[in-house]
Amino acid sequence: MASKFINITLKIWRQKNSKAKGALETYTLNSVSTDSSFLEMLDQLNEQLINEKQSPIAFDHDCREGICGMCSLYINGRAHGPDSGITTCQLHMRMFKDGDTIYVEPWRSRAFPIIKDLMVDRSAFDRIQQAGGFVSVNTSGRTMDANAIPIPKADADKAFEAAACIGCGACVASCKNGSAMLFVGAKVSQYALLPQGKVEATDRVLNMVRQMDEEGFGNCTNTGACEIECPKGISIENIARMNREFLKGALTKA
Amino acid sequence: MSKLNSRIPEGPIADKWTNHKNHMKLVAPNNRPKIDVIVVGTGLAGASAAASLGEMGYNVKAFCFQDSPRRAHSIAAQGGINAAKNYQNDGDSVYRLFYDTIKGGDYRAREANVHRLAEVSGNIIDQCVAQGVPFAREYGGLLDNRSFGGTQVQRTFYAAGQTGQQLLLGAYSALSRQIGLGRVKMYHRHEMMDLVKIDGKARGIIARNLVTGELERHSAHAVVIASGGYGNVYFLSTNAMGSNVSAAWKVHKRGALFANPCYVQIHPTCVPVHGTNQSKLTLMSESLRNSGRIWVPKKKEDAEAIRAGKLKPTQIAEEDRDYYLERRYPAFGNLVPRDVASRAAKERCDEGHGIEANDTNEGVYLDFASEIKSKGKQAAYALGDHNPTEERMIELGKKWIEEKYGNLFQMYQKITDENPYETPMKIYPAVHYTMGGVWVDYNLQSTIEGCFVTGEANFSDHGANRLGASALMQGLADGYFVLPYTVSDYLANEIRTGKIATDSPEFDAAENEVKETIDRFLNNNGSKSVDHFHKRLGLIMWNKVGMARNEEGLKQAIEEIGLLREEFYKDVYVPGSSDEMNPELEKVMRVADLIELGQLMAVDALHREESCGGHFREEHQDSEGETLRDDEKFKYVGAWEYNGSDSKQSTLHKEDLNYEFIKIAARNYK
Repeated sequence: MASKFINITLKIWRQKNSKAKGALETYTLNSVSTDSSFLEMLDQLNEQLINEKQSPIAFDHDCREGICGMCSLYINGRAHGPDSGITTCQLHMRMFKDGDTIYVEPWRSRAFPIIKDLMVDRSAFDRIQQAGGFVSVNTSGRTMDANAIPIPKADADKAFEAAACIGCGACVASCKNGSAMLFVGAKVSQYALLPQGKVEATDRVLNMVRQMDEEGFGNCTNTGACEIECPKGISIENIARMNREFLKGALTKA
Repeated sequence: MSKLNSRIPEGPIADKWTNHKNHMKLVAPNNRPKIDVIVVGTGLAGASAAASLGEMGYNVKAFCFQDSPRRAHSIAAQGGINAAKNYQNDGDSVYRLFYDTIKGGDYRAREANVHRLAEVSGNIIDQCVAQGVPFAREYGGLLDNRSFGGTQVQRTFYAAGQTGQQLLLGAYSALSRQIGLGRVKMYHRHEMMDLVKIDGKARGIIARNLVTGELERHSAHAVVIASGGYGNVYFLSTNAMGSNVSAAWKVHKRGALFANPCYVQIHPTCVPVHGTNQSKLTLMSESLRNSGRIWVPKKKEDAEAIRAGKLKPTQIAEEDRDYYLERRYPAFGNLVPRDVASRAAKERCDEGHGIEANDTNEGVYLDFASEIKSKGKQAAYALGDHNPTEERMIELGKKWIEEKYGNLFQMYQKITDENPYETPMKIYPAVHYTMGGVWVDYNLQSTIEGCFVTGEANFSDHGANRLGASALMQGLADGYFVLPYTVSDYLANEIRTGKIATDSPEFDAAENEVKETIDRFLNNNGSKSVDHFHKRLGLIMWNKVGMARNEEGLKQAIEEIGLLREEFYKDVYVPGSSDEMNPELEKVMRVADLIELGQLMAVDALHREESCGGHFREEHQDSEGETLRDDEKFKYVGAWEYNGSDSKQSTLHKEDLNYEFIKIAARNYK
């Protein structure tokens, strides 16, 4: 790997806590290896800030391999930055040029209030999950044998693709309506596609959608930004499936 | 002298768990809501335990430092989960999974625990499928399997390269259901700061709300620690950035013994280190060794030319490649256990055959070219093309690879900017998993009454080396199927206790201690960042308590870490205050514990004068570089008692390991 070093300017959103007023602050950072990830670049900036006895930038991150869904960041106006199929922690500085100015903001959505700087509160997603994102089986292990019900490979594969959602919230942040329908649609679809999930499919979709609305997420107007910015490539086909399930449920339950 | 009673039930190995279950005490359903249980950590072990205990009706409080229980690092496990289902009809059984795990652990695990694990493994798969976990399936609709290291059967269930994610989301869904029903109360963005003991029993924790900085008191009749492993003591590891030892270490400081800290798993297939600002290492799943062949150039000059960028791996002729695992271990080939594969890679790189152009020239190839061709040929046949062209085979083969390992290949490409479909992956061993942990008995209870420890945080099932796809199995087995019984057995004596007050002197004292530590760091006025010290600790650990260890290096490490600890307390600088979200404050508390642990790891490694599993002492190897165990002297679990922050003062306790059912032998994968 031929690593290069670049100098950049950063405009980063700083906000002391959920109630304080925030603003973009300007930082310059030199000698950033193009092999560094975006978050390693932020580590480097924080190290610099700490050495200058300034307050480091708070941002969410954990696994740093694109699977935990903890990292977020709106970078140059795009969720997870200027590359596709990745999370911010998988974004590498080779995507930027020497002398670039990079804008870094938190997820922007009413349902994701800011905690500090670039960190937001995504617990609304957890509450939607708690409203119905499960199969109501106990945890005894005394269910039927795992191979008792064959599942067509195509269905299992589709369920898996929907289940690959990491719950990062890029879909909400990218949506002009702040809609969570890709997230909810993916969970509803995963279960709707599997025989184990079909049993309570109706209650599930009704409950999850109700909670989604209560959390203040917007509606879907088929813009498709969510699908484009989703780091896991979750298809908006899942929103259509959720709508079908919802309609079916609303009609039969009413 | 031994403080350790492993409480292994009597009787034949296959009956122990059943008999034990039959004789354990129960808590009636009407009593369960009066009893509080705390679960710290929401990975596979913690989430499954919290969900199951909530399901039973206990009043559960679950804690995680992340913003959601779904973020726990179990999510990053890639390759799969083992279970003795024998769906493939290739000779698997409970006994064989038990045997493979004991042998894989280099005869340093407890037989009874491992057998129980193998027994319940099948139920895990049943449970997960019932929860809607979308495992990979064959065209007939039944579950697919693959192989993992250290086994000769196909018993690994998987969901592409995201098995941990799918299993954790399954456990998270069960946990979410209980939260929704009000039986589990979830405290996210909360970190356990200390364990509170009253009359010798675990009675609660002090937690810090990471958003507000507030210290909180939570009481309970039992505390379950499921806080994961301590690989981050090396700074660079495949663990998540937040993974830490603190919950386990706090329990240790309160009196629980810490077992086998020197048993660390260095995973053979990770993306090599690229530079000094690197924050973590990324694993490439062991499942890739089903399809990839590991090699280095036979000639040192070829390796040099590759490092200098003058040669490409694809230009090295077949006869000039050294497929060193296939050469050294023909019976298992590329699927030898992790410790064996890692040491073999180090040996080749130490000899000058490494191919990565980084500071240390460390890296080997993982090559998919032969698999792409052979799978492409099969696919062409299946499509009726019995005489496919080379291009056609490669095209179909790449498709096959993409379906099996697509996310891993994408991940690799994003990190390295190289296309692994066209050129072999470059890999090198990295710290991945820690077999050591808090000592627990057969019931998963530590030496503190009422304090249970589960998953990677305990030491129990993997001996000196864990086999691939066994961590997911252990986490879920303990949480779903073991703790509900053993915790209940303990709680049966608590039905008359009543609510435990949090205004007792014990809670006061614990909270004050936490406050003092926080204030001390915030007012320290040092000059160096937390990461500065963490990185220095990591370097000592990697160089002297890493893949190969020797007496001299370990002695140096013990002294160097001691000095580092002193400097850390004098000179670490933590910005901000205690009453706000303050990630640097979180880090400093964790690194303080990692320093003590790191020293104890070196102490443990120094005392264990043998090579076993992941613990390789250079003084103890045969003429071919294989490990030499010393069963006469070291066939025991080494469990340490805390005697202050200088880990040289820790006291060793031994639990002898008795192999009643498996004949102990030299581990041979040749």
